[in-house]
Amino acid sequence: MAEEFRFSGIDDVRTRLESVGYLADSSIATVVHLADRLGKPLLVEGPAGVGKTELAKAVAASSKLPLVRLQCYEGVDETKALYEWNYRKQLLRIQAGQGTSWDELSDDIFDEEFLLERPVLKALRSDDPVVLLIDEIDKLDFEAEALLLEVLSDWQITIPEMGTVEARVRPYVVLTSNNERELSEALKRRCLYLYLDYPDVEREKAIVLARVPELSETLAEQIVRLVRSIRELELKKAPSIAETLDWARTLLHLSITTIDPETLRQTMPVLLKYQTDITKATDHLDA
Amino acid sequence: MLDRLLELTDALRGAGIPVAVSEEIDALNAIKHVEFVDKDGVRSALAATMIKSDSHRHAFDTLFELYFATGRGPASEPREDEDRPAEHDALRDELFDALVTGDVAALGDIARRAVANFGRLQNSPSGDWYSNYQVMRTLDIQSLLERFEPDPAASEIERRLQRDEFEARVRDFRRLSLAETRRRVAEQRGPAAVARYAVTPVIEDLPFLSATADMAELRKAIRPLARKLATRVAMKRRRSTRGALDIRRTVRHSMSTGGVPFDTEFRHRVPHRPELIVLCDISSSVARFARFSLMLTHALAAQFSRVRSFAFVDSIDEVTDFFDDEDFVAAVDRMNEEADVVSGDGHSDYGSVLESFWETYGNEIGPRATLLILGDARNNYRSRRTWALKALSKKARHTFWLNPEPIGDWDTGDSAASEYAAYVDRMVEVRTLRQLEDFIAREL
Repeated sequence: MAEEFRFSGIDDVRTRLESVGYLADSSIATVVHLADRLGKPLLVEGPAGVGKTELAKAVAASSKLPLVRLQCYEGVDETKALYEWNYRKQLLRIQAGQGTSWDELSDDIFDEEFLLERPVLKALRSDDPVVLLIDEIDKLDFEAEALLLEVLSDWQITIPEMGTVEARVRPYVVLTSNNERELSEALKRRCLYLYLDYPDVEREKAIVLARVPELSETLAEQIVRLVRSIRELELKKAPSIAETLDWARTLLHLSITTIDPETLRQTMPVLLKYQTDITKATDHLDA
Repeated sequence: MLDRLLELTDALRGAGIPVAVSEEIDALNAIKHVEFVDKDGVRSALAATMIKSDSHRHAFDTLFELYFATGRGPASEPREDEDRPAEHDALRDELFDALVTGDVAALGDIARRAVANFGRLQNSPSGDWYSNYQVMRTLDIQSLLERFEPDPAASEIERRLQRDEFEARVRDFRRLSLAETRRRVAEQRGPAAVARYAVTPVIEDLPFLSATADMAELRKAIRPLARKLATRVAMKRRRSTRGALDIRRTVRHSMSTGGVPFDTEFRHRVPHRPELIVLCDISSSVARFARFSLMLTHALAAQFSRVRSFAFVDSIDEVTDFFDDEDFVAAVDRMNEEADVVSGDGHSDYGSVLESFWETYGNEIGPRATLLILGDARNNYRSRRTWALKALSKKARHTFWLNPEPIGDWDTGDSAASEYAAYVDRMVEVRTLRQLEDFIAREL
């Protein structure tokens, strides 16, 4: 298995992620760098909409690697995550090969030719390094989590009928979780852990300006300060970065230059998704 | 470095955070790739390898500061003489200015000086101790909050923002100063001495009835917990819905594989969704526990065909309607004010409550109902009337009693725990959020 590093150092991580529009703070950059050097999967946890999936995409884009994505949901098993035998083709082979001896045939139908690659196997068998994103792993059933353990620690998959497939090049693995359930200790132990939280005012402002460049700096500043203040409240769902950006775009389209209580009332639904939250936030800011 | 890392690992384990040996090795490998002088880098590297849950992060940060705090230059010598009000005022003014402008470096500097000058506990026989409480009192933080006036020329929203930001900075300063007191004590007595008391257990493990449990923190924890729990309960229900083999669908599905049935299809069973009836003691001794249990059961309302709640002290009243609103915090507050739960002296009376519940609502308990009684079973030496509980649990499918007291305290004093426990399916000790979570996931 070839060893290859994608980044030359923490600062390199930072500048290259920034070049594809992802502003990393020092702890994100450090952990991304470590995942690269130690060759360990990176488990990213945090509230929805803080840029967990985006981070994986940015790592792929900044190192010009293809992204292989496994979207997890309840009921994902090895036939959807790792590999599957192509039954139909095997049946055809059996029918076409009538007359050949059983031994020949049975060896034949469990061959690479009849193997359907699913994301994880695809990432392992790729000749060039890839970024493997296992998205929302907390949606996976507890039992299915164990399927990934062999891949994440030894970079191989054992296929009972065929043998062990080892990674040609170690993929850069990012797992994301919304923390809907506790992941198993075994999985966590194999990973580096990064908790993405809401950014501080400066970083969020930079993100808003990078993503919505037409925005004036004063408005961006007002937006992120308001969002920070709203996040301090006890809400059902605090506004995420994604929602801040939506709000910024909304204000831009409405050609608003400064936020007054009226605009706030009208555009608040972009930021908050529950009526009780909206009432709470407007009450707080009106007072 | 190795020694300090091992000490830190020990302290983490002491605080109840599991750090595996393999994670320790990862940590050692990781710090090779960051600069030793870069404290934030070292912190990120260690956190990424040793901490695998956000709820452990706070304890980690506290301990990291203790074990890896680098010297911060000579601190001014503690004064031996008594109070010097003028000096307090000068520092307080300086602090106020820094808080208004949001100068982070200045805040750190003021925290160091304040702790050095006013934090030391006088006359401590066993050497120096520092107290953050004393610093806060000397600087009179509360008066600073009152003194702050937002810019009168600014718009209303802007003024509100300025006030919010000021308050946030005051909270930051409190934290800075607390960290500084700990660092000073650690300097004098070694980090292990501080580690023992500095790290509070994670919020899920704090007993509801303990005085240190921070209400705001607990409330914040309840919503993610409810969400996690709902996922777990729903998953459990769904998994148990797989019924017998569905021959018709299996055969039809096999058409695509030339009549060979590779994939089997199963019938779905209609899931059983219990009706939940919660009886909740909201007398002052267990009020906190009651609040959280009620909030959590109502947050899970979608998982039950129906949730009905009753609150009682010495008489009982239905409070289900209060929870129609989505804001549970407000619901609990309203319940405390409006529900008709006190008819006598305001002390719990389980006996008469159970009796009147049986008389009024007994007929409405169906065979699908699960009865949940929340309370400490402390009956103030009144008549217990266990027959009412017996009758109730006979009609209900299950009856559980959640008791927020440690098992060791059951049956002491006026507690009638085991007498009532005899007539319910199970009486469970539920002292912390985690125990509550476990109970709900397992039994409901």
